[in-house]
Amino acid sequence: MTAAIRTRELSKDYLVGFWRPRPYRALDRLSIDVAPGDVFGFLGPNGAGKTTTLKLLMQLVFPSSGEAEILGRPLGDVSTRRRIGYLPENPYFYDHLTGEELLDYYGRLFGQGAAERRQRVSGTLDRLGIGAERRLPLRKFSKGMLQRVGLAQALLNDPEVLFLDEPMSGLDPLGRRDVRALILELRDQGRTIFFSSHILSDAEALCNRVAIVAKGRLAASGRLTELQEFAVQGWELVMAGVPPAALERVRARARRVLTIGGDRYAIDLPPDGRPEEVLRELIAAGATMVSLNPLRETLEDVFVRRVAEMGEGARS
Amino acid sequence: MSTIGSVAAAVFRESVRDRVFYNLVLFGLLLVGASILIGQLTAGQDVKIIKDLGLTATSLFGLFIAIFVGINLVSKEVERRSVYALFAKPVTRSQFIAGKYVGLLLTLLVNVAVMTVALYSVLFFLARGVPAPIQSAWDAPAMDPALLKAVLLIFVDLAVVTAVALFFSTYSSPMLSAIFTLGVYLVGQFNADLKRFDAIVDSPAAIAVAKACYYVMPDFSRFDVKLAVVHGIPVSGAFVAATAAYAAVYIAALLFGAMVIFARRDFK
Repeated sequence: MTAAIRTRELSKDYLVGFWRPRPYRALDRLSIDVAPGDVFGFLGPNGAGKTTTLKLLMQLVFPSSGEAEILGRPLGDVSTRRRIGYLPENPYFYDHLTGEELLDYYGRLFGQGAAERRQRVSGTLDRLGIGAERRLPLRKFSKGMLQRVGLAQALLNDPEVLFLDEPMSGLDPLGRRDVRALILELRDQGRTIFFSSHILSDAEALCNRVAIVAKGRLAASGRLTELQEFAVQGWELVMAGVPPAALERVRARARRVLTIGGDRYAIDLPPDGRPEEVLRELIAAGATMVSLNPLRETLEDVFVRRVAEMGEGARS
Repeated sequence: MSTIGSVAAAVFRESVRDRVFYNLVLFGLLLVGASILIGQLTAGQDVKIIKDLGLTATSLFGLFIAIFVGINLVSKEVERRSVYALFAKPVTRSQFIAGKYVGLLLTLLVNVAVMTVALYSVLFFLARGVPAPIQSAWDAPAMDPALLKAVLLIFVDLAVVTAVALFFSTYSSPMLSAIFTLGVYLVGQFNADLKRFDAIVDSPAAIAVAKACYYVMPDFSRFDVKLAVVHGIPVSGAFVAATAAYAAVYIAALLFGAMVIFARRDFK
């Protein structure tokens, strides 16, 4: 099967300095494969090369070396652009246009006829929850609303592959929830989504595969569940109304037991601690469950560690 | 083709929203005000002055639009990063450049056309009160169709200036583009002098440089037939056609250069 996105040794050097320009490597030999239908999280701290990668894929900048393909076609192929959507980071459009006019303009560029445009424009704006504001000039839009317009323009042509650069940035919690739901909906329709983020909870909630970049280099990639770093490292069971005798029996199997307050206890079990059995036993003794959560190293921790390792690698 | 048309239409719409056409009102007021004032002068002179003023103003107002809108056409989109979303659509960079050019040309065309209509209207009212014997003594009739030749060459002149502005705007800042464009325009006004440089200088090297300059830079003085038309000196259709063709060569070269530069540019 053709990869939706494929890069091989993709590198980008920028010249920095005015008098004596010297190359600065923004992206270093990136090779990734994104399969059709993937929700691929492209993660890394600011300045890691995420936006550069997206710009290379969109041909906004040209690679210094290496190559890449989208939907099996080399990057320069303009016809591919009918099948993709792109949300730039902190998108800016034209102040003098309204949301509706902007989408209409882009619809023309896709060669959509007047009737099709009208239908698609209003359908896409509805989908993004842009109501009467669509008739206001974009200069009056808040950052969050612009982000929604940005998503709307990326979806206008019903793309097979979506490139989203920091799609959650500038959104309030409700907006984030909407965008998450939208991404999952698009995934269910079989679309491929490649999104960059430095917000890791978004990636954990959405992606089936991730790549972590730091300092322009690929630090780790794979299925979230396959990456060693994301294996379950324990369980946290919170129970209420636990009789003292039952608690003592459980204490022997737990790494530690914390009293939260009232009659609530947080029981920290090791990875092989069989939380189901402990739960059954405590419920039989008359306790009630408040929550049960797997303990994982967060993406944040992985991030920090990987970046630190790469820093050492660079120094040694 | 429809892609270029869509980009061009967007440029035109932006000009309208940016109130570029406000200058038409200013032009109208200037012309009417001037004609009332000049109406006090000797009969015969006033018609010439109104024609001259009308044509000069058409050229100047157009020049302002061509330079100040032209230098922003591309650089504004690059600076504000609206090109990011745009080039993810099926638009090539060359189509973008061509669309921008055509769009501004359209704006200028409407501008020049409205100014021409205004000029003819003022001339019509001016001539109405003048007896036929006096009118027949004028160098050229008030509603002289030859004015259209001057107008056409003004438009051709503006088309070249727009191409120059667009060319610079593909790789330098609006400020620098404005300076470069104005520079080329001013040098181009005196270009014909470079051709005759050998008449005043002996150094063969200096003459060679001057001649080279003459052939590289557009000769903007060729586009200016205002004085001839105002004084009723005939301007041949062949001259107008040859001048338009001369401009077309420059425009093609400038647009080609702009496309080549822009095609390779990184948007950092």
